[in-house]
Amino acid sequence: MSVTRPHLALEVDGAGAHPAAGHAGPAGDIAALTARVTTAEAAGFALVTIADAALPPPGGPARVEAGVRASFLSRRTQRIGLAPTLHVTVTEPFHLATQLASLDHASLGRAGWVVGADHSAAVYATVGLPRLDGAALRQELADGIDVARQLWDSWEDDAIIRDRVTSRFLDADRVHHVNFTGERFSVVGPLITPRPPQGQLVVLGADTLGVTGRLDVALVAAPTVDEVADRARQARTDGAPLVFADLDVLLGADRLAALDAVAPWGPAQRLRHTGSAEDLRDLLERLAGLVDGVRLHPAELHVDLPRLATGLGRRPVTGPTLRDTLGLHRPANRFATAG
Amino acid sequence: MSPRLHLGVFFTGVGPQLVWTDPAFSTHTHIDTFVATAQTLERGLFDAFFLGEGLRVRENRGRVHDLDVAGRPDAITQLAALAAVTERIGLVATQNTTYNFPADLARRLASLDAVSGGRAGWNIVTTDNAWTGENFRRGGWLPHERRYERAGAFVETAKALWGGTAVDRHDDLISVTAPPTVPARPVLFQAGDSAGGRDLAARHADVVFSANTDYDKAVAYAADLRRRLAGYGRSADSLRILPGAAVVLGDTPAQAAEKAAWIQREQVTGPRALAFLEQYWGKDLSGYDPDGPLPDIEPAEGELDPSRGTIAIEHRTGKAERIAGWRALAAERKLSIRDLVVEVTPQHSTFVGTPGQIADEWTRYVRDRAVDGFNILPQLLPGTIEDIVDKLVPELQDRGVYRTAYEGTTLRDHLDLPA
Repeated sequence: MSVTRPHLALEVDGAGAHPAAGHAGPAGDIAALTARVTTAEAAGFALVTIADAALPPPGGPARVEAGVRASFLSRRTQRIGLAPTLHVTVTEPFHLATQLASLDHASLGRAGWVVGADHSAAVYATVGLPRLDGAALRQELADGIDVARQLWDSWEDDAIIRDRVTSRFLDADRVHHVNFTGERFSVVGPLITPRPPQGQLVVLGADTLGVTGRLDVALVAAPTVDEVADRARQARTDGAPLVFADLDVLLGADRLAALDAVAPWGPAQRLRHTGSAEDLRDLLERLAGLVDGVRLHPAELHVDLPRLATGLGRRPVTGPTLRDTLGLHRPANRFATAG
Repeated sequence: MSPRLHLGVFFTGVGPQLVWTDPAFSTHTHIDTFVATAQTLERGLFDAFFLGEGLRVRENRGRVHDLDVAGRPDAITQLAALAAVTERIGLVATQNTTYNFPADLARRLASLDAVSGGRAGWNIVTTDNAWTGENFRRGGWLPHERRYERAGAFVETAKALWGGTAVDRHDDLISVTAPPTVPARPVLFQAGDSAGGRDLAARHADVVFSANTDYDKAVAYAADLRRRLAGYGRSADSLRILPGAAVVLGDTPAQAAEKAAWIQREQVTGPRALAFLEQYWGKDLSGYDPDGPLPDIEPAEGELDPSRGTIAIEHRTGKAERIAGWRALAAERKLSIRDLVVEVTPQHSTFVGTPGQIADEWTRYVRDRAVDGFNILPQLLPGTIEDIVDKLVPELQDRGVYRTAYEGTTLRDHLDLPA
């Protein structure tokens, strides 16, 4: 329904997008994160994304891994989508697919995955893998997404039959080896985890990764509305079903000077709104004609999120799964045999 | 204070010991089943809820094995969800040191410890199994004799990162340059049965989860382990011994025995008995009657197919001799296929009796320091767990060998491990 457009997402990692926001409090402060996400849920956000990296942000404390945060949040929330960043580059593809499938089970179908592509020399050194860049990196990301999607389908929905007559717990014809062979790794499968409730998790990723056609949601970070419009058009051409624009937001322009005096924000890398909630609503309305959703990056989460919660007005969230909320259908299983 | 018993549940989530034909069997992969189980155990003041791991779905002759319960979540992900709906119980994840990156796994375990407020544990397992390796980047890369070396280096790396020390280590077993994780100190569990495993446990583990449940074996095992501990300069109290055990309770001894017999019949069904032999014969035996004599055809050449899971090193060779031994045993005792499989399947020790009987037995074990407690392997879900919490726990409390309330908040507190 058009009234829910644009869908709203919220980035909740750290303390906020403005450099003066500092770092999130004590590293293990899951209580503060839980409070933010329940606020976002009550305000009608469709999903939160949880940024992450194997290395802490420069000068910041070590982080709790985003998949663990999302899973904890799955039992403290009821409707909101939960999309952690997991990096294809420095993980085992099989573990990554299992972890995400498990998050979808724990949240009863509210999981998403923000495709991470960390490829600095320092991040590769944490796992001792050879560094990839350029075309090799794009291939690795494509392989990582492809194998995850195949593994999520490796159990058909009705694979567990519990048939007392034949003593069979499973129908072995409905649990499949994927026999995936990528450029740098291969995976036989099947997954150890039955098919996720959504069938396929919602896969989100930047339109700059070179894998737009494999995403469910392309994330576009561009500093002007015109550029967002161009890139969104391109992402749709490349096959992304949905496009979200990234947007920095600071409500109350009078706060900007004080924050900038501590640490200047620097030029915008994505759309940026500093001003009133009313002007933000106008901007969202304008963006609704260009993109399907907007991901907000509050300047200071503890200040801007409560203002967003009251200033945007409550928005209907359909659910119960994240796919339902975003209007994405539940895909058929690629391995299912007809009849 | 007299010694107290510590209890955990080893929730494998898969395998032949789980009786899925039980009409009350819970949907084993649904999050609600896990939540209900963990909350019941917390009501029973258990030390830990313990998830197993298997990184490849079991097969029989190249096809997914269809007779056992299969399908389970990623352990750390699931336990992070359970951390949100429990307050005290320890949350232990089985995780493999062969098919994980040390800094990545250390970070995920530290994260579980952080969100649970110090309730995380890690059951350290290794594999050299190339069949499992087919799901991972490096494949079957680690020779059998080096897997505990890798595990030792892996654990040292994890402990350093949890303790605030960066690691820069590059050799043929480990390659990692990484900064510390969030501060964490997960409790380390180890099966600790083989010599390599006992040694790893004596160096690093806080808890061993061995199969030595028989009283005399348990006493000998405890003595051996405490000797090894001393060799590493550790006190006897720095390691808890919690062997795996199955428990079948009944209101009367006869009722318990009847239930145990029913469980065993359900665990070794005719098709399962045939599938067990097929793994050894390497041939289709579906034409044989499980209640009839052993197959008269000769087994395939070659040793065991590893696809039913990790095979202990002593079972990787000598297949022909083993089958000859079974034939002799079956002939001598006139055993059917199913009888033979019941006879030769490795069973975890089972305590069968009334709550009072088992409480008396366990009180003796713990007072003699033969064990510090048990890690219970459920066979009925939720039956085993509800029985123990509602019937056995009160009997143990009456004997003064089990807590009546949680005193601390962390898993380390519950286990009375040195700070």
